[in-house]
Amino acid sequence: MACISPDGKPTESGTKMLRALESGLGTPEEIAKQVGLPLFRVRSGLRELTQAGLANQKDDGYELSPKGIELLVTLSA
Amino acid sequence: MEEVREQTISLPRLGEPAPAFEAVTTHGVLKLEDFKGSWLIIFSHPADFTPVCTTEFIAFAEIYPELQKRGVELLGLSVDSVSSHIAWVRNVEQKTGVKIPFPIIADLSKEVSLAYGMIHPGQSKTETVRCVFIIDPNQIIRTILYYPLTTGRNMGEILRIVDALQTTDKHAVATPANWRPGDMVVVPPPNTQEMAEERLKQGYECIDWYLCRKKL
Repeated sequence: MACISPDGKPTESGTKMLRALESGLGTPEEIAKQVGLPLFRVRSGLRELTQAGLANQKDDGYELSPKGIELLVTLSA
Repeated sequence: MEEVREQTISLPRLGEPAPAFEAVTTHGVLKLEDFKGSWLIIFSHPADFTPVCTTEFIAFAEIYPELQKRGVELLGLSVDSVSSHIAWVRNVEQKTGVKIPFPIIADLSKEVSLAYGMIHPGQSKTETVRCVFIIDPNQIIRTILYYPLTTGRNMGEILRIVDALQTTDKHAVATPANWRPGDMVVVPPPNTQEMAEERLKQGYECIDWYLCRKKL
């Protein structure tokens, strides 16, 4: 897992992608530009974050799930 | 009657879609479709912690910035575990200072190797030979190179092929032998007699109607 550590917490790149979704729905292309990672890494990472229940896929983009929002609040605390 | 079992090994061909895969890599689980929209070079090496492969990985890392300028991603592969790959790339960085920036598939099941025809039993039944697949943004295979286990690849040639393919796509031309960016390109041959006659009046540098070159 590139975005989720074995202990279930997001990695640095996973956290960056979640933070990029804080402003709302984003496409993989938009997120790749924002976080400075290659597009293939972002596509794969968003898939992982979705499987972990931290993001939801909506149309061509992704948004934070309630669990993802909760996690970011915890990380900021 | 004794049953005869034959294993058919499929080899991808130029102009065909690259075989889809989902594979464990040093950068997480990646699918072929994750690379859609980018050029992609998938290359296999026989094994981690071997001398020729180490020189190749350093050389691939060195041309990576040039490939990035051309919109090309790199993806390595061998029949080794992710742990082995991680240990190897860390060792390469410690010993040479070169960081390997691209992902490497850990193809322990050989699923990807077999789909891409990377195992040549005449060379080795367990290791992949040195293959290079250049795949375009539509995920069509555009170039296949095979090198034997004992011969390291030529990075200059790989960059030259990428430049040639991208020039062909952009300008609808072909590239002659030993072409390099900046050299004259070959104008596609005419299909009719009328086009052949017109061709000679168009100011190209022509040896004859079927071999005309122009500057881009």
